[in-house]
This record gives sequence, structure tokens and C-alpha cells, in this order.
Amino acid sequence: MNLTLKVWRQKNAKAKGSFETFKVSDISSEMSFLEMFDVLNEKLINEGKEPIAFDHDCREGICGSCSMYVNGRPHGPWKHTTVCQLHMREYKDGDTITVEPWRANSFPVIKDLVTDRSAFDRIIQAGGYISVNTGNAVDANAIPIEKQKADDSFAAAACIGCGACVAACPNTSGMLFLSAKVSHLALLPQGDPERKKRAADMIHQHDSEGFGSCTNIGACEAECPKGISLENINRMNKEYMGSIFSGSKV
Amino acid sequence: MPLDSKIPAGELAQKWTNYKSTCKLVNPANKRKLEVIVIGTGLAGASAAASLGEMGYKVKAFCFQDSPRRAHSIAAQGGINAAKNYQNDGDSTYRLFYDTIKGGDYRSREANTYRLAEVSANIIDQCVAQGVPFAREYGGLLSNRSFGGVQVQRTFYAAGQTGQQLLIGAYQALERQVALGNVTMYSRHEMLEIVKIEGKARGIIARNLVTGELERHFGHAVLLCSGGYGNVFYLSTNAMGSNVTAAWKATKLGAYFANPCYTQIHPTCIPVSGDHQSKLTLMSESLRNDGRIWVPKKQGDSRKAREIPEEERDYYLERRYPAFGNLVPRDVASRAAKERCDAGHGVGTSKQAVFLDFEDAIMRYGRTEANKQGIHNADKATIYALGKDVVAEKYGNLFEMYEKITGENPYEVPMRIYPAVHYTMGGLWVDYELQTNIPGLYSLGEANFSDHGANRLGASALMQGLADGYFVIPYTIGNYLANEINVKPISTDHQAFQAAEDIVATRINKLMNIKGTESVESFHKRLGKIMWEKCGMARNAKGLTEAIEEIKALRKEFWSNVRVPGEILEFNPELDKAGRVADFLELGELMCMDALNRNESCGGHFREEYQTNEGEAMRQDEGYSYVAAWEYKGESQYELHKEPLDFEVVHPTQRSYK
Ligand SMILES: Cc1cc2nc3c(=O)[nH]c(=O)nc-3n(C[C@H](O)[C@H](O)[C@H](O)COP(=O)(O)OP(=O)(O)OC[C@H]3O[C@@H](n4cnc5c(N)ncnc54)[C@H](O)[C@@H]3O)c2cc1C
Ligand code: SF4
Ligand code: FES
Repeated sequence: MNLTLKVWRQKNAKAKGSFETFKVSDISSEMSFLEMFDVLNEKLINEGKEPIAFDHDCREGICGSCSMYVNGRPHGPWKHTTVCQLHMREYKDGDTITVEPWRANSFPVIKDLVTDRSAFDRIIQAGGYISVNTGNAVDANAIPIEKQKADDSFAAAACIGCGACVAACPNTSGMLFLSAKVSHLALLPQGDPERKKRAADMIHQHDSEGFGSCTNIGACEAECPKGISLENINRMNKEYMGSIFSGSKV
Repeated sequence: MPLDSKIPAGELAQKWTNYKSTCKLVNPANKRKLEVIVIGTGLAGASAAASLGEMGYKVKAFCFQDSPRRAHSIAAQGGINAAKNYQNDGDSTYRLFYDTIKGGDYRSREANTYRLAEVSANIIDQCVAQGVPFAREYGGLLSNRSFGGVQVQRTFYAAGQTGQQLLIGAYQALERQVALGNVTMYSRHEMLEIVKIEGKARGIIARNLVTGELERHFGHAVLLCSGGYGNVFYLSTNAMGSNVTAAWKATKLGAYFANPCYTQIHPTCIPVSGDHQSKLTLMSESLRNDGRIWVPKKQGDSRKAREIPEEERDYYLERRYPAFGNLVPRDVASRAAKERCDAGHGVGTSKQAVFLDFEDAIMRYGRTEANKQGIHNADKATIYALGKDVVAEKYGNLFEMYEKITGENPYEVPMRIYPAVHYTMGGLWVDYELQTNIPGLYSLGEANFSDHGANRLGASALMQGLADGYFVIPYTIGNYLANEINVKPISTDHQAFQAAEDIVATRINKLMNIKGTESVESFHKRLGKIMWEKCGMARNAKGLTEAIEEIKALRKEFWSNVRVPGEILEFNPELDKAGRVADFLELGELMCMDALNRNESCGGHFREEYQTNEGEAMRQDEGYSYVAAWEYKGESQYELHKEPLDFEVVHPTQRSYK
């Protein structure tokens, strides 16, 4: 099939960006969306032009590198699918596709479709862990954990840190990402002792990175490629209230 | 230089304990004065950096992705082994050790492999304490599954996302140390040269991939945890960025590269669908717990899978290897698939695929589930639905991934699979302390050659990465650094840093100024094709000899005709890739030389000239029971050093899974 692509081009963080239009031909329906970009980039290089920069690594929907809006939707049209797993059988000959980088002040553009998402790492640094040093652990089966809890914790821990939730949110809130981590750890007995301080510290960092606040719109859940549930935000709000009433530092 | 593997004296089972109680220690006040550089933050690097930071060393960690959480380890699916014997099925440290040595076709060191088995149980404890949500049974205890090449259930898992969960655990431990100021993290940085001063590794040159600037970093020791080199084949299950550059720079500096030809071809991957393909996707080995592999008995049979009656199917693994059936080791399963396809029994449009079928498993689980729920005389549809839920819980994400890629629903039609490059057992030569032959330069995880011999068993790479990082290096590095406490940090103005930076800058300029006509990607594809055809699943002397010449010619062409767009001082992924492919073009040649030198078949290295009448690999223990460690001596010149493998406890025999 032949397609028209409108892609955001931006030389670097300081430059002003704009859309550029490209034609790609002979795209097969078996290709992945990023392989279609490979074809385009190969063509650009052969023409002596600069290829389009985009983040990607695993191409299996698990590393969280890939990150682009496709026709206005983070990761494109397929439910529970990262853009690297989107395949071209979704499109038909003659389609026009618009591709942009994440739009959020806390994720500044580095080049073209590549953004800086290090704010997420700093949120984890603020408390997204269990404080245990290597070598101090007891036998793994010494603490049985109810299967349902373990499963819920795993479901929250499945977040890939891609940032689509922020990109989807009109307020650019990072609450789905943050709450997934708070839930993952708070649901486990190992994470219990630090739970209140953890929630408060991570929220504090989230706010100081400039992410917006959550007003329960739910766009994040709808676009999250890993199906992270809004339930996590409720759970986190409880943790946070707990931390206020117990007098922990916020 | 003679190779000293530094294996401690004493009984096999006592060696590590003896080592730990006698190795030198560094006191806490001195640790704060010692700086350690860690290249890579996958399982090996993140666990090492976090542990060394906790201990009080000053750590700098580097990765080329935008966050340490995205290292290739994140993609590991099936699980991690540990000799916990929670299932009470006869597992033990010895059995895990023995399975690993045998699985590796008797080409690994006993002492290393034993230590790996010994610390495996601690890894699970550590991960659970960090909050890794492993799969559990209804009673709340941890669940296990089986992997290939073993007859016990010792694999711990988190659905099909075990690597993700383990890496997130290590990443969080790492970020905690970053917050405490013990580790400084350099993301989007690529190490491009190692700095050696008076024979010791003392630092690195790294390129900031956002600005393109070169940076100098000092360290009392440097740890390379940079992953495997499977992408030399272009198509592999590795992440797009996985590369050999860090290990290769070490090689060029004099570190030995061991057993480069030992590569693992994984039997269950989604087959190639066309020229556009950029990577191959693994379908975890855990699927072989429940999936049955078959091809039509009739050659060229083009009926749909479900139209082929039971008696016309050939469950060739169950037929050839009744004792292990579908759970034979990877090398054996891959070769058997190739054999069937070459004999004209392949399926799908390309005929380069076999079926992996879950129908029996779904019905089996469905019946059990119906009984559990007290449903008597359940009809087929009910049983199927119940069974489908059980299978979905175990492998749901893999089935979804398969459907997204192929557009077929594997609950209804069998998966089509074919072998693909997956893992590299070869890597930097290291001694028992994980130190290369360059003092102060260490290598951990997939980047080293240490524990898997000629074939790695499933679920052992995650185990090795975390063993190296959490439990081995924290001891062994002290044994070296204890002698370094009086070495003041060396200024990066030192001429050795200047010289190393010049080498990097010159090379980058050279790449940018070729201004040829062919893309980096195109050269990479061409190299991959040579490697796959002549140094892949089956190799022979003629093909390897040709491949060496072809790679040399291709390398020459690359250096005169590659086109690298963009500029040096900017974010330029094409330039990053050009450097990596340039290194692959050198490594590929060495892999073929090693494969040509090794006149035997062992594990993943199958030389067609050396096989039994039944087509099984035939080792030549007399001549080849050694680690081949290659020393770089100049372009296309390598000197072979042999480290003999002494087996004191196990007795190498022909591997049998029949
Ligand atoms: C699809 C797939 C599934 C797998 N499933 C399993 C499984 O179920 N069980 C199992 O045991 N094993 C599995 N494996 C194997 C296992 O995942 C890997 O062997 C292991 O994760 C490697 O870890 P590592 O830490 O050594 O390297 P990696 O995770 O590859 O990390 C390498 C690190 O080095 C960095 N790096 C590399 N070069 C440079 C440089 N020059 N400068 C700076 N940084 C650099 C990278 O940024 C990265 O952080 C699987 C592998 C694949 C491909
Ligand atoms: S919550 Fe979902 S959308 Fe947000 S970072 Fe995690 S995986 Fe991505
Ligand atoms: S490239 Fe890894 S999730 Fe898309």
C-alpha cells in the first residue's frame, strides 16, 4: 500500500518544530508500524536527507521506549498495544497518518519524535522501591502472599513507564504511572512499612516535575498499553490520605 | 600471558565458601574513596551497581537507553531458575549444577557453574524481598514451572514477563542508591573506549548521545555488563540496540574474547515473514511445558493444521526423545526443527516453520478445571473454555503478542514457529572472580563467557546476571580493590585519557566523512545474512572459510561506502548504529574463525562434519575440551589461548535426552 505521513520534525530541544509530509510506497500489511518507519528512513538516507529520530528498542511492547501519537492517539489505535506492536494491516492504501512526539511540558522534545522522560526516573527515586539491601533477605516462602494480592500487585507492576498516560491526559498528569508503582509495592507485605511515606514523597516529586493533577478523566487508562487500571489511583489516594492523617511529611 | 582461572582449591562444594571467608575486604572508610564504573544497567549491571552502591563504593553507571529500566533484560519472558526444591521433586544445588554442565555440553567450568547453582536460591529471596511479584499458588507460596533440559520444576516466573519484573526490582534498588547519592546514573550515554593506565583499567570515554559530546570518566575498576552480541546476525530476538561495542573495545585493548562461536539459536520464535523484518520475536520456552510440537507426516502437506488428523502428524521431538519429549534443550530442539523443514515437512507459506499446538493442553486443563468446579459431563465447548482460561493465565501475554504480530489466534490454530538467534554463550574471558585478563576490568552477565558452556539452558541467563551482580562481584571486587586503597583518583587530564579520547574522535570523524551511498542498516543486513547462512545453526569448514573472506570484503566496503547522515554534535542514532555495526563486522570474522578452529560439534556449535548417525552433535573431547580465548593482535589477526577444562566431579559423556 501507499501512504502519506505527516511527521513532526524538530532539530533539537531549542528549535521550533513543524510537520513535514512524506510519501511511502510498497508497505506490506505484515510490517509493524516502526518497520514502516524503517522503510521511510532508508529512503530518506538514500536521498541524502536526515532520517526521522524515534525511540525504540525491544519492539515487543515491553521496554517502554517507543512513544508517539498516531493520528492523535498515544501508541495508535489498537487497544493495549504499544506503537511498536501496531501492525500495518490496520491501514489501507491511500491513508494519511499523522505522527507526533509526546506533548507534555515534563517530557521536553530532544529531537523529532524523541522526548526526555527522565522525570519518571526521578519519581521512582523519590520512593518507588522497598528499602532492602542485598543479602539481607529471608527465605522467599517465609512470607506467603495471598494469590489475589500477588496477582493485583503484578498487574500494577506491569507498567512499562512509557508515558502514554501523561500524553493522553488533558492535564498531563502522571498519576496512573505513579499510582501503579505505589499499588505494586503497597499490596505486598514487604512494601508495607514504607507505604505512607512512599506515596507522599512520590507525589511531591511528581508535582515538582510539573505534571498536572488528576481530575478523574480516565483518558490515561483508555490509552495505557498495559491496561493499568484507574483503581490504582483510588488506592493511591487512600495511601496519600493515610499519610496526611498519620502526620508523615508530605 | 598464561590464563589463570583462579579457581580456589578444595572440594567443589566448598570452593565459594572458602573463597568468601579468605578474600580480602575493604573497610567502609576506604570504600568511600574507591570509584567503580559500571557499563550497562540490565540485570547484571543494575544489580551490581545497586549492591556496590549499598556497600559504600562510589559508583557511576551508564546505559545507552533513556532509562536503566529499558535494558534488554526487560524482555525476558519465561523465568529464572533456582535450586529451592520447593516442589520437593528431588532438586538440589548439585542437580542444578549437573543439569547446567550437561546442558552446556561439558564446555563450561565446574567451579563457576557450581557457584551459580549455589547462589541461585539467594536470588529468589532477594527478589521477593524487593517486591518482585512472582506467580503464586492459592496457598500463597511461590509457583514453579519446567524448562528445557531438566526433569524438575525449578523455574520461578511472573506470567511471561519475568525479566521485566526482575529488572524493575533491580532498577528500583539502583534508583534508591541514586537517590542516596551512592550511584550517579548516566543514561543515553555510550561507552566507546576503555582507558588503561600502567596495565590497569582506569576509566572510560563515553559519548553523550543527546549532545554528541565525548566525556572522560575515571574509575578504580570498570565493570562491563553490556549484554550479548546476538545482533551480529541482524535478525535476532535481542532488542534493536543490543551490541558488542563495549566488549569489543575491551578486546581491542587486549582482553581475551572467549568462545565467540557459541551462539544459541532458540527453537520457538515467530518465523520471518519478509525482507522488511527488523527483528524476530521469541515465544518463550515455557510454552513447551504445554505446547506440543509437530509437522505433517506427508511432505509438502498444505492442509490447515486442524484438518490434519492425529495419525498424520509427526510429533518429532516426542518420537526422537521420549525421555524429555518437547522439553529437550534448545540446541537439540532447533536442529530437529531445521531437519524436518529441510526434509520438506515445514508448514506455512515459507515452509520454514513447525507447529506448536496447545489444543491438548487446553482440553487437559479444561477437564481438570471442570472436575475442580464439580461440573460433571461437561461438553467439549465448556471444557475448552475452562482450559482456555488456565492457559491464558499462564501465557496470556505471549498469546496476545503472537496474535498482534501474525494476526492469528493461537487458542484456535497452532502457533507457527521457527528457530532464531537468541543468546550468546561466548563473551569476554573472565576468571573465577569475573575479572578479564586486564586487571581492574570485569565482565558480568551475558557479556562474559562464564557459565553456560556451549549451550545455555532456559531460565539460566537471568539467574547468572543476578548471581554475578548481587552475589559474586560484591565479594570478588573487594579482593582487587583492597590493594587499590592508596590510589588517588587519577585526573582525566592524564595523557592516557587524552589518547583514548583521540581514538574515539578520530573514528567518529572517519565514519562521518566516508559519505558513501549505502546505509548502515543495509550493511548490517548483509553481514547478518552471511552469518546466518554460514555460521548459524549448521556450519562447515567450507562455508566458514568463505564467510571469513566475505566479511573482510564487506568490512572494506563499509569503510569506503557507508553513509552516515547528520552531524557529530547532536542526537544522531545513525551514527550510534554505524559504530556498532563497524564492531560487528570485526566480531563476525572472529566468530567464523573460532567456529572453523573448533573441529567438533558441541551444544549450539554444530559442525556438519561431526555428527552421529542419528544426526546428534559429536564432541571431540580429546582435542577440544578447552575454552578458546582469542587475543587481538591487529586487523584479522588473533592468537588462540587455550584454557583446559578439567572435570573433577562430572564425567563428560555423549549427551542423551532419549
Ligand atoms: C526475548 C528474550 C527472552 C528471554 N527470556 C529469558 C528467560 O526467560 N530466562 C532467562 O534466564 N533468560 C532469558 N533471556 C536472556 C536474558 O534476558 C539475557 O541474557 C539477560 O537479560 C542479559 O542481561 P545483561 O544484564 O547481561 O544484559 P542486558 O540486559 O542486555 O543489558 C545490557 C546493558 O548494557 C548497556 N550497554 C551496552 N553497551 C553499552 C555501551 N557501549 N555503553 C553504555 N551502555 C551499554 C545497555 O544500555 C544495557 O543497559 C531472554 C532473552 C531474550 C532476547
Ligand atoms: S501507566 Fe500505562 S501508559 Fe502510563 S507509563 Fe505505565 S504503561 Fe505507560
Ligand atoms: S520498542 Fe519497546 S515497547 Fe515499543
